[in-house]
Amino acid sequence: MSEAQPVLRLEGIVKTFPGVRALDGVDFSVFPGEVHALMGENGAGKSTLMKVLAGMYQPNEGRIMIDRKPVVMRNPIEAKQNGIILIHQELSLAEQMTVAENVFLGELPRTRWGFVDWKVLEERVGSILAKLNCDFGPRTNVGSLSIAKKQMVEIARALTHHAKVVVFDEPTASLTDAEKVVLFDIINDLKSDGVSIVYISHRMEEIFTISDRITVLRDGSYRGTLVAADTTEDEVTQLMIGRSLDYSRNIEQGEIGDITLEVDGLSCGRLYSDVSFAVRAGEVVGFYGLVGAGRTEIAETLFGLREPTSGTIRLDGEAVSIGSPADAIANGISLVPESRKEQGLVLGMNCRDNITLPQVDDMTAGPFVSNGAEIAIYDMYRDRLDIKAPSWRSEVGNLSGGNQQKIVIGKWLAMKPRVLIVDEPTRGIDVGSKAEIHNLIRELAHSGYAVIVISSEMPEILRVSDRVIAMYQGRIMREFTADEVNEDNLVQAISGVGNGKAA
Amino acid sequence: MAGFVERMRNGDIKSLIARNGIFVAFVAFMIAFGIGSDRFLTFDNLESVVRSSAMIGIMALGVTIVVISGNLDLSVGSMLSFGTVMVVNLHDKIGPGPAILVMMICVLLLGAVNGFLIGFVRLNSLIVTLGMLSAIQGLTLIYSGGKNVDVNPSTQDTTWFRVFGRGEVAGIDMPIIIFFALASFVGFIIAFTPYGRRVYAVGGNPTAAVFSGIRRNRVVFSTYIVSAFCVGIASIILGSRVMGSQNNVGQGYELLVLASVILGGTSLLGGSGSILKTVIGVLILGFIQNGLLLLGYPYFAQWIVTWIVIILAVWLDVAAKRGRLLSPIA
Repeated sequence: MSEAQPVLRLEGIVKTFPGVRALDGVDFSVFPGEVHALMGENGAGKSTLMKVLAGMYQPNEGRIMIDRKPVVMRNPIEAKQNGIILIHQELSLAEQMTVAENVFLGELPRTRWGFVDWKVLEERVGSILAKLNCDFGPRTNVGSLSIAKKQMVEIARALTHHAKVVVFDEPTASLTDAEKVVLFDIINDLKSDGVSIVYISHRMEEIFTISDRITVLRDGSYRGTLVAADTTEDEVTQLMIGRSLDYSRNIEQGEIGDITLEVDGLSCGRLYSDVSFAVRAGEVVGFYGLVGAGRTEIAETLFGLREPTSGTIRLDGEAVSIGSPADAIANGISLVPESRKEQGLVLGMNCRDNITLPQVDDMTAGPFVSNGAEIAIYDMYRDRLDIKAPSWRSEVGNLSGGNQQKIVIGKWLAMKPRVLIVDEPTRGIDVGSKAEIHNLIRELAHSGYAVIVISSEMPEILRVSDRVIAMYQGRIMREFTADEVNEDNLVQAISGVGNGKAA
Repeated sequence: MAGFVERMRNGDIKSLIARNGIFVAFVAFMIAFGIGSDRFLTFDNLESVVRSSAMIGIMALGVTIVVISGNLDLSVGSMLSFGTVMVVNLHDKIGPGPAILVMMICVLLLGAVNGFLIGFVRLNSLIVTLGMLSAIQGLTLIYSGGKNVDVNPSTQDTTWFRVFGRGEVAGIDMPIIIFFALASFVGFIIAFTPYGRRVYAVGGNPTAAVFSGIRRNRVVFSTYIVSAFCVGIASIILGSRVMGSQNNVGQGYELLVLASVILGGTSLLGGSGSILKTVIGVLILGFIQNGLLLLGYPYFAQWIVTWIVIILAVWLDVAAKRGRLLSPIA
């Protein structure tokens, strides 16, 4: 690679915010036709660097060179003109418009009368979609597409711009395995056309599948660039967190007690049917399956967000009816929801208020909320979960993903539940925090909670669970103990193999 | 206060002004009008401004809570007409005490209709309260038969009903006292009670609030009850002060009320804002109108200036969040 000239080069980028040095002299270069992974824990500065690259932030120091010429990009439009396209984690498409309109939004081809030239538009978009092997046409409504297909539309948009560098920010966060394969094919196609890719992800195995080089950031500074073929996961992890991680499963097992939660023949329309299982105090039961297998819907039913069509739920042997989250909370059930930003947190509220929100009614001195009691609870869970926030007054929206997730977990631990349901506990969280959260889940079970973990990540399920329940299309396919479960039989169970159905 | 000192030490004065733009603007206006007119900063003038702002202020307290919870209430103006006409009309028929009671119940029922449709049926608050604005106006006209109402002139000076609008305590007019008392009461509730916390949570992120076991529908319902209650109190003051009422006395108040709330800096997106901010917004609006009159501008000039001030306030608010004053992209 040394003979080629980088298409993009960042030199000594410094970006400060009041009180924070978010980027501290970061160097980063991308060669034509390479996939360059950018890694680092949450808060390491990846997003800030990408925002600098996309013209959303101006660096305080350092320079950006494109094709060896220094450039200043004052906004995303100028970044696009320079051939840098950012594909966000949160897609930015106009849902009510067609694919074609979205792809050329803002630059729709016109007839000489100034009207939109639909013919030209559809031809051009059609050819791009064909190139991407999309099975939908330019006239399709974007709102009707799956997330993976929406991502294709974003990529199509990037292709109209003669992109030199395409930045993918956590592109696989909500993709199925099959969709992931399609995405990687497209990335490889782009690559062979000489387009450079910057790939941001927390998923180590993806990084090694797709990337040529890996640059690691930690605490806003540059830690090194590795050639993917010559390095190992361990080496990358060490650079990221400054120590090596203990990946071994925490097998320490607490005393398994009586059955806390028992679900019998629970069904909810077409979402899932005839689901029966039990969770004992002190054990972690993992629910594994593809997106749409009905796992989250079961959790939502147990938490009173969905009404079951039939079946019973028993807590400590007594049948309960749970009609609302308030009922669930009163019955000692807590849910750490899958989307912390949409469901878990009030982002504009401070850390303390978020943690105490479900129990604020019980924290009063006279008619008022007791400041002291609230701070005591916050301090307790900050210490227990090692939450890193400047103070309890900090808005949770300003914290890193890992710390946000700890706030959500703290919020539900503070309720002292009997049953704790954790849905996708580490989605979008870096490896360091991930390990901490896994250990925490084990610890919680150890101290007597009945814990349900729902996850789409197999290593996670294998690491934390005492028993694993595999689901496929709304049904429980098989139940494994920790000893008998392995990657092979789990994959078979969740794809309906041996059941006459293909995934 | 600690945060303030720290920010000053960081030299971050620009962001300080942007973040507390409304307080800065308030002081700036007071100084400017004080220099422009020697009558402006007299006690009598200040008192009269606060007194005439009190009614808008009281309604703005309720609307602030509605807005913090993420909704709107445009029906307060016509609800004020309804309440005032009713309490004045009933005064001679059933006596001041029962008149107040019956009126309050009716106004709270109207608030309950708003709250039910928006909280439980989950209809859009703009549509519902805009519809209620005209429906209540119709109700008022049906009730009064299209005639304006008066308290019998012979009892106007003797009824104890006069105390709300015309009474004073320790030399301070009653409407002012009621305004500040109610503002403190509502302000404490919203800032320091579990109920207040729920209102902020519902406005900040309704989904997360539901996931935290908050009964969102009830909270939204309750905000419209609070809003209607405040309108009821304002109706008593207005009826007592004028001892009569036109059918459309509250027309246009909904905008003044909403303007005060926005001017104070409570975000229309919900989840933030405070009663203190609204009180300041109300006072600014009042002082601008009064100051312009004293400086000899025609009455209608104040409408245009009010609009400009609101745009400025909203712009400063948005700019503070964006971090710069003009942005090429939203």
